[in-house]
Amino acid sequence: MKSLKILKTFILLSTVLLAHSYVNAQQASPGLTLPAGFKASVVADKLGKARHIAFNSKGDLFVKLDRSKNGGIVMLKSNGNSFEQTPAFGNYSGTGIAIHDGYLYASSNKEVFRYKLNDQQQVSDPSKPETVVTGLIDRGQHNSKSIAFDNDDNLYVNIGAYSNSCQQKDRQKGSMGREGCPILDSAGGIWQFKADKLNQTYGDGTRYATGLRNVVGLDWNKQTNTLFVMQHGRDQLHDLFPDLYTEQQSAELPAECMYELKKDDNAGWPYLYYDQLQKKKIVAPEYGGDGKKEADNKYIDPAAAFPGHMAPNALLFYTGSQFPEKYKNGAFIAFHGSWNRSPQQEGYFVAFVPFKDGKPAGDWEIFAKGFAGTDKVVSTNEAQHRPCGLAQGPDGSLYVSDDVKGTIYKISYQK
Amino acid sequence: MRFFLAFVFLSTCFSINAQTKKASTAKTSVTAVSSIAAGKAVYTQYCVTCHQANGGGVPNLNPPLIKTSQVLGEKTKLINILLKGLDTHEEINGDTYENVMPSQSFLTDKQIADVLTYVRNSFGNKASAVVAADVKTARAKIK
Ligand code: HEC
Repeated sequence: MKSLKILKTFILLSTVLLAHSYVNAQQASPGLTLPAGFKASVVADKLGKARHIAFNSKGDLFVKLDRSKNGGIVMLKSNGNSFEQTPAFGNYSGTGIAIHDGYLYASSNKEVFRYKLNDQQQVSDPSKPETVVTGLIDRGQHNSKSIAFDNDDNLYVNIGAYSNSCQQKDRQKGSMGREGCPILDSAGGIWQFKADKLNQTYGDGTRYATGLRNVVGLDWNKQTNTLFVMQHGRDQLHDLFPDLYTEQQSAELPAECMYELKKDDNAGWPYLYYDQLQKKKIVAPEYGGDGKKEADNKYIDPAAAFPGHMAPNALLFYTGSQFPEKYKNGAFIAFHGSWNRSPQQEGYFVAFVPFKDGKPAGDWEIFAKGFAGTDKVVSTNEAQHRPCGLAQGPDGSLYVSDDVKGTIYKISYQK
Repeated sequence: MRFFLAFVFLSTCFSINAQTKKASTAKTSVTAVSSIAAGKAVYTQYCVTCHQANGGGVPNLNPPLIKTSQVLGEKTKLINILLKGLDTHEEINGDTYENVMPSQSFLTDKQIADVLTYVRNSFGNKASAVVAADVKTARAKIK
């Protein structure tokens, strides 16, 4: 009898609490914490695994969906203040999407396709894409092919390494690195192709930069006229080399790095990682490192470094004029959030790095947080939303996509 | 705040209550209970990074170990996944996972039995225990 009473009180209390959180969810602000003067709203929801996003010049938003059973690209048609979802097209998974020179480009995990845009800037024939690049390697791990363009009609494609650290046995405790890591021949770098040539494959492109484990977020910086990328650093230092790294070191290290790339640059994966605490390039334990030994200086240094494993999935240089002056030409980064940190996961936010004269000019800061719906994520699937893509709207608002529930957020500034 | 504390307190009482009840009705044997405890330690050291503390895995990367047909299914198949590792990327309850599972054959027969017994009786799973002899037999067949 007593336990029945407790049960009743319990049910009553949880109803009250649930009702309370429901009201919160209905508010215009979708639970994000932003700097003063900014506000957020949800412009679309339940789209599926919304990866990267891109605007056409009319303000319609194209969303690349991963693992969707009813089409891999969806256009959200702009009606001024709101968006209308149109039927999805393209029967392939993938991440990359961008607009370049009258075409919509989108990538699967092996190819890059493009669709001609009509004078309304919409895809006129969604069933007939042209194949721009084909035959790229996809072995599961790090298979997303993110894309970006420069101002000279070149297309840049990330081809992630299908491995954590090029061990003889991938992710096996104590397994040493493969000599002259052969993965780098066809992956672990950024490849450059022609934007307007069809059916290109490895032989038609050039390996623009190498030694990059996996890049999901990348953007062409129009001020410097160079490509910037965000690398996902290697995982599991403690799991694989417990004698060299504590769990705590393994949670913080290595850095998630931003690199500015020039042709033929080598960022050094798998031979090294960047230690943001020592501010040094350190030889990887698979290649004889001990956590202190410094790597060869022929490898490039990062432009900026962030705590480990937060998974930077999008990079965007802000060129709008809606946001305060501080944000002009700076970098927004969508951190998808970690899985291999202990005892608690980090990330699940959008960060900002101020830039001056094409270089980071100050520490990074959290710009928008609260996507996960909780302050403490222990297991990754507790995060209700995970930032994955970024785009700048025609009015200078920042849009963020989420690939858990398929929510699209709009973040604006009002003076 | 007071309200919230009361809620936490009550729900804790409630779940403890529910757990005792479950354990007693299932009549879990004493050996299985100690195997589950030992298995949790193995899980925390060797599996938690990928499969996560709540067994929920990582979307698109590492599969959940919650009520999948394999986890609740035939023991030899499950033991072989641990001994050989897994890199087939076949569908697991309707989704696929991109990461690789390294071989766990460095664990002893007992550790493998314990961790599988733990997994099969945690995260909402309920399935029979795996014993070291099962692992020994499976390991002998691989060599
Ligand atoms: C490096 C990450 C990693 C580690 C460490 C790891 N696993 Fe896995 N595990 C995976 C991945 C990835 C798969 C799926 C592989 C595939 O689909 O090809 C998997 C699959 C499984 C499956 C099959 C699931 C199903 O329903 O089919 C089981 C069971 C399993 N792991 C248990 C364990 C246990 C127990 C441990 C610790 C002793 C462990 N794993 C350690 C990544 C890992």
